[in-house]
Amino acid sequence: MLKFNSFRGGIHPPDSKITASKAIEKAKLPASVTILLHQHVGAPCKPLVKEGDGVKAGQKIGDSDSFVSAPVHSSISGVVKEISTQQSPIGREVQGIIIESDGRDESAKMEAIDPATASKREILARIREAGIVGLGGAAFPTSVKLSPPEGKKIDTVILNGSECEPYITADHRLMLEQPDKIVKGMKIIMNVLDVDKGFIGIEDNKKDAIKRMREAVEREGGKRIEIISLRTKYPQGEAGSLIKTLLNRETPSGSHSYDIGVLVQNVATAKAIHDAVYECIPLIERVVTVTGDVKEPKNLLTRIGTPFYDLIEECGGSKGDVGKIVCGGSMLGVAEFGNVPTIKSSSCILVLDREKSRIPEERTCVSCGMCVYVCPTGLMATILGKLARERRFEECMDYHILDCMECGSCAYVCPSKIPLVQLIRYGKEEIKRRE
Amino acid sequence: MPELIVSPSPHLRNDVSIEKIMYSVIIALIPTTACGVYFFGVHVLYVIITCILSALFTEYVALRLMGRKFVMDGSAVITGLLLALCLPPGLPLWMAAIGAAFAIAFAKCAFGGLGHNIFNPALVGRAFLMASWPVAMTTWTKPLTYDAITTATPLGLWKMQNIATPPINLALGNVSGCIGETSALAILIGGVFLIAKRYIDWRIPLSYIGTVGILMLILGQDPLFHILAGGLFLGAFFMATEYVTTPITSKGRIIFGVGAGVIVVVIRLIGGYPGGVCFSILLMNAFTPLIDRHVRPRVYGVKRKSFFVSSANR
Repeated sequence: MLKFNSFRGGIHPPDSKITASKAIEKAKLPASVTILLHQHVGAPCKPLVKEGDGVKAGQKIGDSDSFVSAPVHSSISGVVKEISTQQSPIGREVQGIIIESDGRDESAKMEAIDPATASKREILARIREAGIVGLGGAAFPTSVKLSPPEGKKIDTVILNGSECEPYITADHRLMLEQPDKIVKGMKIIMNVLDVDKGFIGIEDNKKDAIKRMREAVEREGGKRIEIISLRTKYPQGEAGSLIKTLLNRETPSGSHSYDIGVLVQNVATAKAIHDAVYECIPLIERVVTVTGDVKEPKNLLTRIGTPFYDLIEECGGSKGDVGKIVCGGSMLGVAEFGNVPTIKSSSCILVLDREKSRIPEERTCVSCGMCVYVCPTGLMATILGKLARERRFEECMDYHILDCMECGSCAYVCPSKIPLVQLIRYGKEEIKRRE
Repeated sequence: MPELIVSPSPHLRNDVSIEKIMYSVIIALIPTTACGVYFFGVHVLYVIITCILSALFTEYVALRLMGRKFVMDGSAVITGLLLALCLPPGLPLWMAAIGAAFAIAFAKCAFGGLGHNIFNPALVGRAFLMASWPVAMTTWTKPLTYDAITTATPLGLWKMQNIATPPINLALGNVSGCIGETSALAILIGGVFLIAKRYIDWRIPLSYIGTVGILMLILGQDPLFHILAGGLFLGAFFMATEYVTTPITSKGRIIFGVGAGVIVVVIRLIGGYPGGVCFSILLMNAFTPLIDRHVRPRVYGVKRKSFFVSSANR
């Protein structure tokens, strides 16, 4: 067993994983889906279909010529009703293709490839063609991540199964129910990168998943893969914290993890890679945890592009007066202001009632230092917040504002309820805008 | 669906508020307060109530004059209570009232209220009373006699007559001294409660008391006596840990504790006063902005160049 360090700081919010014991259920086929053409980091896709065209589930309907991008696929069979500007759950306006279901759910598979003989180039092309992006939330195109720049050698692959955000259990259920697919996906990643050492990090509040994954690794004969039980602490699943914990390496400020030879992928991404390579299914489905103040919280296997309200309805609707609908968990999620469609990286729909959604009154900073103590990056959040509020951006740089990963630990613990992350985000955006 | 609330993450916060912390500090001071009343009689209770009421009233008036809303956040209660705990048991009530009023008006509100003061208000109040009425401020009552038999404090006895007080008396508190400083045990109970709740940082009391102990040992004094005597425990657990006037980083807090410890030793061994806790903390309060500017945590992924960060470093 490895002796490993933890990352510094961090918090212990109540984990509220009320859906941990609920098996993944197939969601009802939606009557219509909205496939956004920009669900990922990188260039947006251009539509490949016109209004009125018939499409099948799995058919590619949007792609881009850019290297950093990922195509999108129709998740149901039906007719393209409209191509127009839509609201994305991560808070931007993008083009979207609305498809009305014909109820037949006919699917178009990609052509078969033999995983055993396919070249690395073929595998990478397949990963791109399947539209796979980082499913942990970042939505960075996976094929790009698996092609590190010339001269950068990856020596370790880490699969992230920590799922440290409160409420979300999508990855947890996936590890319990389909561990073999995850391990197979991970082996594909390791082969593509010629890496011998792989870790799968899982927080120790998911003991059952750790056990299942260990068994799966043994079945798959993955001697090179080690399952590591991580201390439950937020933000354990953030790539920097994970690398620090498992390898005691730090990504230098302003660079990428491949600079220190590490690649981190989410477990759900590995499963999607498996599906694309072994089963020739592009990324059109994912597990979404619908939780919080809904009558029947569930883990749903949903088609990408399903409207949020459909999924909330499927869980019996909201309990009490709805205050917030959050895409993602309570620490990092984005609060929505309407019925948006899910995207590839939507892992959770969190419904909060009015009482929980109340925005706390802000008070003066008493310099308690709690925000400094919990910061995994070692920043002084209260000072950054104050400087950003006063628009002293030069000084913000001096306090390393750009190293903030916005995990929200500081704002979570602040007894004065100062919106520290919001202020820091504002400072970062202003600095980037001025550059 | 009704209208949705949109706000940036995080969407849930923990339930620790300023009030919760402040009232926890007050709860942590109950053993100390009870010991004070037990050892020095009911007059002590009047002193405490006078200080608290005077502090609250002064804050109310000052905030109204400043055109701000008065919030009952418990901070003025703590200032009043802490001031009372570091006053002699027999102090006339009107002096206590003036001390508390001065502490709130000049050490807290004049700087802009909660969160903006540089010096610990309670200690400023005590320093003001020391300067104004030095005789009354150094008239000590014998514990458990409940009448005004004057005596000397353990540190006074040590300094003037070279008499040592047994450590057990210092721990329990049946010695003369300020209302809340005599029983180290009672203070420790409250302090450990706050540390367990993570409301105060253990680094300050440990480095502060530790520095005094180690230095006294090196200098040939009885370290146990110096740790337990005087206001060191009260100061270390309840005044040197006051948020606003102490550094925000862990390393800064250790520097604060060590610095205050050195000053206590210097005052006790060389200075004119028998005790030095009050001034050691006030002096280190003055260094807090400097410490916070130059002592910062190491940033993830950034190699540390030097322990102190020069502010021109860009």
